[in-house]
Amino acid sequence: MTIGLEHYLVLSAVLFCIGLYGALTKRNAVIILMCIELMLNSVNISLVAFSSYIVPRALTGQVFAIFVMVVAAAEVAVGLAIILAIYRRFTDVDANNINLMKW
Amino acid sequence: MGLTAAFWIMAVVAVVAALGVVFLRNVFRAALALVLCFITVAGLYITLSADFLAAVQILVYVGAISVLIILAIMMTREVQQGSPSNRMKLPAFIVAAVLLGIMIYTVTKTSWQIAAESPLTPTTAPLATKLFSESGFILPVEIAAMLILAAILGAIVIAREK
Repeated sequence: MTIGLEHYLVLSAVLFCIGLYGALTKRNAVIILMCIELMLNSVNISLVAFSSYIVPRALTGQVFAIFVMVVAAAEVAVGLAIILAIYRRFTDVDANNINLMKW
Repeated sequence: MGLTAAFWIMAVVAVVAALGVVFLRNVFRAALALVLCFITVAGLYITLSADFLAAVQILVYVGAISVLIILAIMMTREVQQGSPSNRMKLPAFIVAAVLLGIMIYTVTKTSWQIAAESPLTPTTAPLATKLFSESGFILPVEIAAMLILAAILGAIVIAREK
């Protein structure tokens, strides 16, 4: 059985749903950020798979994956800075207790 | 044959590592599982003949982002033992499972138009032409540079001690 596009897409869907479950249920803010990274990675897998199976000579999916990586790097830098600032202020990283901006 | 075996090994290790990120009690071990997941994703890029992206994945994710995450865990680890879940476990599981079912159904039912030719390798030079040529993605590259600069400045301002 040869590996086709569907295999990569299903793997990407599985990783995305694991990351989604973790991001929805975890209380540690750092773990939530890690799960978001997992979801971004799974999207990258599907982009690269589309690129190499549907348009193998155009590479547009890989260019998109590079931009996703750029945004993920920026997001993790700002996110961890926010978590460290919250930790310094409240000495806590529990997402259940950080409800300062909750309406 | 080798590609098939490589794909299955990478896929199983990636899913197990992702489950480890979510279900391991020790936060530091969860971060190490995340690093393992990043490495297997780089391997998957190699099986898709995206060699440049595999190198970038190793450099950016395994090299930089995981170090940042482990640093954050080290600085905040004594406040919370383990990684507890909130009360939304069952609804979140239902949402994730339904979404997974819908995605797998759609992916397997769609007839994809697979191209006949083999993918480009190596990809580094074509990617550079694509990114930096006049008719390519030069404007998004500049915008991404501005985004990174803004993120660096924002991170410094937010994390600075008053």
